[in-house]
Formats: sequence, structure tokens, C-alpha cells
Amino acid sequence: MAKVILKLDSDISTDIIYPGRFMATVLPTETPQFAFADNTEFNRNLQDRKIPPGSVIVADKNFGCGSSREQAASCLKGHELTIIAKDFARIFMQNAINLGLKMVICPAIEADEGDEIIIEGGKVINKTRGKSFDIAPLPKARQAIIDAGGLIPYTRQKILQKFGT
Amino acid sequence: MGMTMVQKILARATGQPHVAVGDVVEPRVDLAMSHENGALVINQFVEIYKGTGKEARVWDPSKIAIIFDHRVPAESAKTATNQKKIRDFRTLQGITKFHDIRGDGGGICHQILPENGYVRPGAVVVGTDSHTTSHGALGAFSFGIGATEMASVWALGKILNVEVPGTIKVVVKGQFPPHVSPKDLILHLIGKISAEGANFKVIEFHGDAIRAMSTSGRLVICNMSVEAGATSGIVPPDEETLSYLREEAGVRENIEIICPDPDAAYDQVLVLDVSTLEPQVACPHTVDNVKPVGEVAGKRVQQIVIGSCTNGRLDDLEVAAGILRGRKVASGIRMLVFPASSRIYLEAIRKGYIADFVMAGAVVMNPGCGPCLGVHQGALADGDVALATTNRNFKGRMGNPNAEVYLCSPETAAASAITGAIADPRELSAGKAAAGAAKGGK
Repeated sequence: MAKVILKLDSDISTDIIYPGRFMATVLPTETPQFAFADNTEFNRNLQDRKIPPGSVIVADKNFGCGSSREQAASCLKGHELTIIAKDFARIFMQNAINLGLKMVICPAIEADEGDEIIIEGGKVINKTRGKSFDIAPLPKARQAIIDAGGLIPYTRQKILQKFGT
Repeated sequence: MGMTMVQKILARATGQPHVAVGDVVEPRVDLAMSHENGALVINQFVEIYKGTGKEARVWDPSKIAIIFDHRVPAESAKTATNQKKIRDFRTLQGITKFHDIRGDGGGICHQILPENGYVRPGAVVVGTDSHTTSHGALGAFSFGIGATEMASVWALGKILNVEVPGTIKVVVKGQFPPHVSPKDLILHLIGKISAEGANFKVIEFHGDAIRAMSTSGRLVICNMSVEAGATSGIVPPDEETLSYLREEAGVRENIEIICPDPDAAYDQVLVLDVSTLEPQVACPHTVDNVKPVGEVAGKRVQQIVIGSCTNGRLDDLEVAAGILRGRKVASGIRMLVFPASSRIYLEAIRKGYIADFVMAGAVVMNPGCGPCLGVHQGALADGDVALATTNRNFKGRMGNPNAEVYLCSPETAAASAITGAIADPRELSAGKAAAGAAKGGK
């Protein structure tokens, strides 16, 4: 069981998730401090560890639109958040999968802040509302990367295969 | 069944006679571009090789391009150190397509690539920047990726697990009316299909208005295709493409032309007519919140920005300088101009445009991304309104979530600089701009 700690509209841009003025900070170990930096209360709660790992952000359509900045995925991964959205923008989705950020496409999701959520068996179950919603599959091209645990280990496997090790 | 541009390019890049939409392919990469975020790519690249016992060497140093543009000259010690790390890496690896902070070769990556002949029709181009879609203007399949994805490309020379995207064919007919430009066309299209109207798809541009368009204009429409969610914009190459590559980019080698098959299958076909198009403005805080200029004329602004990878080219500066020549930027307005490359900057000096800007009261900055993404120069104050020829107006984009950004063409931006409020450039040319602004102003 996990709690929805933030409910967002459609078209949440990477400038909202990780404002451009912090882009000089690149390392995944350092980016979490700037997650949703302009939402000062939410950012403070993240930094003060008041939001437990596994907590859920629910968004409408086109989450992560805009820039290719990978900080937008690594900053959320650093807090071990799960993102459920009706759909995602392409580059953000790929970055999230590459880094192992937990994300779920759920086209009919209904949830509000405070709702208790379980993700299992291809469904998002909103325990608070007593409703469940189907999960849409991630692009098939990405499954092998997810299975490998991210793009870094996946590419490492490819390199070792190439050298026949 | 015939193939679209992107199908043909991906078939070629995977050595297959045919690929279908939805196929998962691993195309070889012809050009891999990064900017300051190359620092993160290097970090991930080194990470990939850990435990392999192999030396971390890039697959082909001649196919990697690194251009400093996002924060030039460095705005902080952190950026300066990242840039230094990239310089050291590029020396170690022998990367040749490197553009440092220099007055004779620097600029914005999406201008440096085309003007140096790094992009060819039919190529697969990836960049750690979402506006890498720009290079579809030269007939390449060119798209943005994240830093870890780029690290993988540096290692393998191909991009793993690409799903062949479907294509939206956009046919643009007619002749642009005076004072209406490709920027107005792409804003109109984004407003029509929405910020996610082309998600996971490619937009292929056709029609007589595209055939008559300069490469500079094609770069504008492909650049902003990503604002409709497109993986890439692409223009089938033609005589104009060849002439740009030969004359502007100095390409001497043979240039292969790849065009879509006449019987290619498209997910959707849209037909637009520009002959009745008006100047367009994208209003806060999404790029698809697009209105004809008349609906927002009179809105007071505090900062005007002309430049960026979208509209910082010589023809953009020419049209803006032509409007400002002999006039003054309105009192209380900060006007910032940043050319897209040092080559453009120098040409604008030679042609007198820079003098026109300075004498009108504008501040001309060095080539680079400038205030577009709010990391460097030209930040907005609380409550400020900016009108910019850049590509994004997301909340916080110009460095302040308590400010507003409107997007428009260079002509609309220059006309508005004179009146101090969003103005219709068609009225200015008729000598009515001041009256127009007064009528619509607060």
C-alpha cells in the first residue's frame, strides 16, 4: 500500500519537475534536492524525508513534456517515488525506464492526494475509492531494458556480448 | 506498401530492405550531439564500463559532436568545472566536432550542426537536447534522448530498442502573407493538434509552402515539432537542401537524397493553408495555448527576447533589425538579442544589424541559449511578462515561476519592442502600431 502524495494536471513539464536553473547539477546523487523545486512545500517535505519511499505522484496526460534533461527522472528516482500518469512524454518515459524510475501508464486513473494505492496484477487499485484501473503496457521496445534493471546494465551486457565474455 | 521518410531512414540504418511501424530496431547512429550535459553523459559512460574489464572508448570519435551553448561563458564554478571535464574527455577520446566558447566557431548546437555540414539527408542523428528535432529540416531522422541513452550510443554506435514511429503528414499550401513567417505556422499547428498531438510520432512536412521555404524556416518548424510531442519533424530533402549544404555548410562530398515513397502510409494527414494565416502568439504557460496576435495585442511586456535555436538566425535578425532601424525600444522595455552562432553574429555585424539593435536600445549578447531556459542571463522578475522568439513558455522557464512568457515570431517581437506591448507587425508596417497598442493597452 502506498499513499498518493501529489496530484497533478496534464502537461507537467520538465521545467516544473526540475527547473532549468538547476541544470548545472547533473549527478543522480545530487539532483534529488531540486525535485519540484518551485513547489517549495513539497520539495521541503521530500528533503526532510517526510515522504516515504514508494509514495505515489498521480498526473493527468503528457507528464514530463519538454526538455530531455535526465535530471527530471533522476531527481524522482532519488526519492524512490512512483509516477502514475494517464500517459507520458516520450523522452521522459525513456529516461525513467533507463534509470529504473518506477512509472505506470494508467489511462483512466482516478485518485486524489491522500488516497491509498496498490499496484498489482496489471491494475492500479485505489483502496480509498474501492476502484481499480487497468495499466497500459510500456512500449515493447523498452521491456528488455526494464528486465535488465536499466540501460546501464543492459548496455554493459551488450558490451560483454560483443567481446564474447 | 511504401515507406515514410523515417521508415526509409531506419531501414537503411539497420541494413534491411523494409521496416514497418512498430518494429523494434537498433539503427546505427551517424551523429551523436551533446552540450554541457555531456558531463552527465561522461559520468554514465564511465559507469557502463565498470566491471567489464574493458577500456571506456567511444565507438567513433568523428561521429560525436559537443557544443557548449547552454551556459556560455560559464555562469558558475560548477558549470565551468563541468565544461573543463568535457574538454578533458574530448581530448582523451579525440572527439573532433567540438565547439568551445569562442567568437570564431561557437554557438547554439542546433545552428552549429547544420552550418558546419554535420547533418546530411538520410542520417540518424541523436542529441541530448529535445530540440534535436531541428535537424529534420535537412532530411535527417533527428531526435532528442537522455544522457544515459547517449552514454549507451557512445559505447555501441547504435541506439538500442527503437520502435519505428508512425508519421503524421502535414501538407502546407499557399504563400505566406507579408509579416507572417514559419514561426507563425508552427505555433498555429501546435495550437491545432495540442502539446501531445504528435506524441511518439514523426511530423513529415510537405506542400508548396514548404518547398518554397528556406532551410532557416524549415529549421524553425522542425525545431518546434517537439512542442507537439513529436519524436521528430522532417522535411524531405530537395534542391533547397542541396543548395544549403553546398553553399552555406560547405559540403563537398556526394549527398544522397532519401525521400518518402509516394504510397507511404500515414497515421494522419493534415492540410494547412498559410495564405490566410495571421501572426500567432503562444500564451502562458503551455506552447499549445496559441492565439492570433490580435487577441493579445496591447498586453504590456517588460522583456523582449530575440534569439535561440528557434529564431536566432540571420534572416530573423535581418527582419527584426529592419523594424528597429531608426526607431527606439520603448522606455521600460529590456530587449535582449542573442544570435544563434558566432558566424551569424559576425555576418550581422557586417550587415549592420547589430548596430541597428544597439542604437535602438537593445542589448546584444553573445551567441548561446541565453535566457531561453532560465539558467543564464536575462532572468525575469516576479510579475514580469516576456515576449520571446524562443520555443517554450512553461511556468518558470525563464528562471521565475512568478513570471509569464509569450512566444512569437521575430517580426512580432520587434514590433512589440517599439510599442512596449504585444503588437501586430502588420499594423506597425502600416504606421499604426502605436495606435494599435494604445487601443488594446491597459
